[in-house]
Amino acid sequence: MTDACSAQPITVRTEGPICLSCKMAATAPGAAPPAAAPPQSPTATPTAPAGSAPPAAAPTPPAAPAPPPAAPLSAALSGPFPGGRVVRLHPVVLASIVDSFERRNEGAARVIGTLLGTVDKHSVEVTNCFSVPHNESEDEVAVDMEFAKNMYELHKKVSPSEIILGWYATGHDITEHSVLIHEYYSREAHNPIHLTVDTSLQNSRMSIKAYVSAPMGVPGKTMGVMFTPLTVKYVYYDTERIGVDLIMKTCFSPNRVIGLSSDLQQVGSASARIQDTLTMVLQYAEDVLSGKVAADNTVGRFLMDLINQVPKISPEDFETMLNSNINDLLMVTYLANLTQSQIALNEKLLSL
Amino acid sequence: MASRKEGSGAAGGGFGGAKGKGKAAAAGDSAVKQVQIDGLVVLKIIKHYQEEGQGNEVVQGVLLGLVVDDRLEITNCFPFPQHTEDDADFDEVQYQMEMMRSLRHVNIDHLHVGWYQSTYYGSFVTRALLDSQFSYQHAIEESVVLIYDPIKTAQGSLSLKAYRLTPKLMEVCKEKDFSPEALKKANIAYENMFEEVPIVIKNSYLINVMLWELEKKSAVADRHELLSLASSNHLGKSLQLLMDRVDEMSQDIVKYNTYLRNVSKQQQQKHQYQQRRQQENIQRQSRGEPPLPEEDINKLFKPPQPPPRMESLLIAGQINTYCQNIKEFNAQNLGKLFMAQALQDYNN
Repeated sequence: MTDACSAQPITVRTEGPICLSCKMAATAPGAAPPAAAPPQSPTATPTAPAGSAPPAAAPTPPAAPAPPPAAPLSAALSGPFPGGRVVRLHPVVLASIVDSFERRNEGAARVIGTLLGTVDKHSVEVTNCFSVPHNESEDEVAVDMEFAKNMYELHKKVSPSEIILGWYATGHDITEHSVLIHEYYSREAHNPIHLTVDTSLQNSRMSIKAYVSAPMGVPGKTMGVMFTPLTVKYVYYDTERIGVDLIMKTCFSPNRVIGLSSDLQQVGSASARIQDTLTMVLQYAEDVLSGKVAADNTVGRFLMDLINQVPKISPEDFETMLNSNINDLLMVTYLANLTQSQIALNEKLLSL
Repeated sequence: MASRKEGSGAAGGGFGGAKGKGKAAAAGDSAVKQVQIDGLVVLKIIKHYQEEGQGNEVVQGVLLGLVVDDRLEITNCFPFPQHTEDDADFDEVQYQMEMMRSLRHVNIDHLHVGWYQSTYYGSFVTRALLDSQFSYQHAIEESVVLIYDPIKTAQGSLSLKAYRLTPKLMEVCKEKDFSPEALKKANIAYENMFEEVPIVIKNSYLINVMLWELEKKSAVADRHELLSLASSNHLGKSLQLLMDRVDEMSQDIVKYNTYLRNVSKQQQQKHQYQQRRQQENIQRQSRGEPPLPEEDINKLFKPPQPPPRMESLLIAGQINTYCQNIKEFNAQNLGKLFMAQALQDYNN
């Protein structure tokens, strides 16, 4: 049973009347579709605070196996959730989350906040976020929704197209309080996304996961909430990519500080990068030829494309093109210098 | 939790996470020698322009952070909405206050340390920018304006520069006297209007961890704009802007020259009038009549208004910036062309 558990990445975490076990999930398949038909509604999840005595409390396994009910549930989910269960995330969101985690209040174990972004036919894209103050203790959780609403209004003034997509939390697990908070957010957004960023660095990795909730359980009796994972894809605007590449360099410097380099240095480093990648490709080709590595046709086709992309120009044509370009640039540089000396002269004349 | 020293100025009350001793802002000489920006701020500025700033409009926002010794640390920022005519009742000050109050609740540095603006091909030396930066610097000694050039960034390398007004220019702006004499006295040339402050980017350890994660999970960039050889488009536009400015400059020079000519003509006229007066008086004396009263010359000849020199100073500064940018761009492209030539020779 444990192998099946680890193979399926569904995380369930509740307690109290919402108890789940492998058996219960296995017997639910027939009941699941009608239960999932109404989209997640607050009435279906009577998430009682942890204090109430559960009638049939089973110890909550941290990860329950994913049984067949996942299939009919996902069919119900893909309706309101476009893009095939993929969330596209911008790096600025992650940087914001980590930054707000670093600035959390004393004693707070984690921070939460709202995710903003856009939904279109093909995808859900998270482009912005802000943190929301909250208090969490053993028994209860209090989220300052007033603050969240205010911040959302302010953000809307700048980017009117962003809507609330869900919420994030730092930490590596989904807790009971998460279910409550998720319910708060399902009032604001349709089918909210829950993003966890593991700042406690379990397994020496900062794992970033996204979930959507789905109601489950036997209808008529106690209902539960299951968080099903989504694939997270990172998307960048071109300029964002360049920004991230630059910021990434601080990973290599000892005091995590870098300056902005001059233009020729940048050309130099870009060509060094290309040189490295070319060396890697050449090494691969040599390995294949000498038989160390098995040949792979797709890679071979890419290599063909690569070689064919180098345009074939006759040397004379290339010379003319090169010379005319160089002449243009030299002329423009000359003009720029001339203009600069003109205005300098003008200044001098004025101050005579 | 990051513990930071708080710069004074705005509310100095300690709260929540940021503990430290308040530091009094030194009176005149705490110039800022270096600007340290968090990676988060860079990403936010890029995102703001990308989403809201397409077209020729500039996007602006506020920078938050603190001052440590002679370093200005910028730790967060938030964007300003665009100015639209149909929201006349939109209160900018209120938006700013609300935002800063809310950010304070989540322990983000809520001290205003400057502002940022995007630019189109490097044209940012305008009167509006000067005025805004002057009011910022007047209120907060160490503030800077960050100029983000999205077009240059899209060509392959992040272009972010921090500028401050030089103390000399601050003096002149305080006086609000932009006549030629005042500027000559202050000895300001277009080169020492703005001073550029070097920028470094700093990230915390946790952000570095996150960046490693991103590096592992995301696809390799497949567009290397930096090595592209195509340059004519960019050059064309830059030169166009430069030509416009040079035209404005020449008009300004013509105006100044007419003023000078008028002044000298007036001097001549005054001189002639005085001479005529004297001659007449001598004649009258010889005939025994009382001399004509001396009239106040200045009332007869009103001196022409000297044109304000600030405009031409700004235009000169802008032309200088354009030329600098063009030269840098050209240097890069020449390097790339020579590299291409070397490769071609090698192949042959």
